[in-house]
Amino acid sequence: MALRVGIDLVAVATVAGSLRGPHRDHYLGRVYTPREVDDCRGLSGRVEPERLAARFAAKEAAIKALPGAGEGVRLTQIEVITGPAGEISLALSGRAAELLAACGGTDVAVSLTHEADFAAATVVIA
Amino acid sequence: MKDQIRQVIKEHGHLAVDPEALADEADLYQAGMTSHASVNVMIALEDTFDVEFLDSMLKRSVFESIDSIAQALSEVGVEA
Repeated sequence: MALRVGIDLVAVATVAGSLRGPHRDHYLGRVYTPREVDDCRGLSGRVEPERLAARFAAKEAAIKALPGAGEGVRLTQIEVITGPAGEISLALSGRAAELLAACGGTDVAVSLTHEADFAAATVVIA
Repeated sequence: MKDQIRQVIKEHGHLAVDPEALADEADLYQAGMTSHASVNVMIALEDTFDVEFLDSMLKRSVFESIDSIAQALSEVGVEA
């Protein structure tokens, strides 16, 4: 299969706004897995918006890389996994995994970055 | 229903223009709505109308205009 790639950029302030707003719990539950939320907690236990923003960017980048623009995919079906040494990988389930199989993809690679104001991610499917 | 949709977009869509000035069929993405903002709009709509969008509705085209959002809300049982 031909390589497929997706990229996304997120303003950290918009994620911080979602965490401050009245729909915070719904937002966290609809977009991120409990493991992702825990991975984004700092030493104080506070969820850090820049780390969450990088995960949102990864989900959107994966949607762009999947066939059919990822239609019907729940964002929680694209999960950023943080390994014991801090290594990052992407786990797809449900509809997202179906779309991966449909395009003949077997490997998914992700790269994240964030600064104070912006977070970005790139996803490659091979 | 469309007045409530406009209010949600005003609060969560982060558009470059006032939603009150947008036509029902105007493209919200072209008006500046990002993918993250569209997710926030979706969540606020679910809370406002006490519904959940179907998985099949989780696509860009459903949230691209006030008309398309109203159509999706009708399909999940919200009365116009």
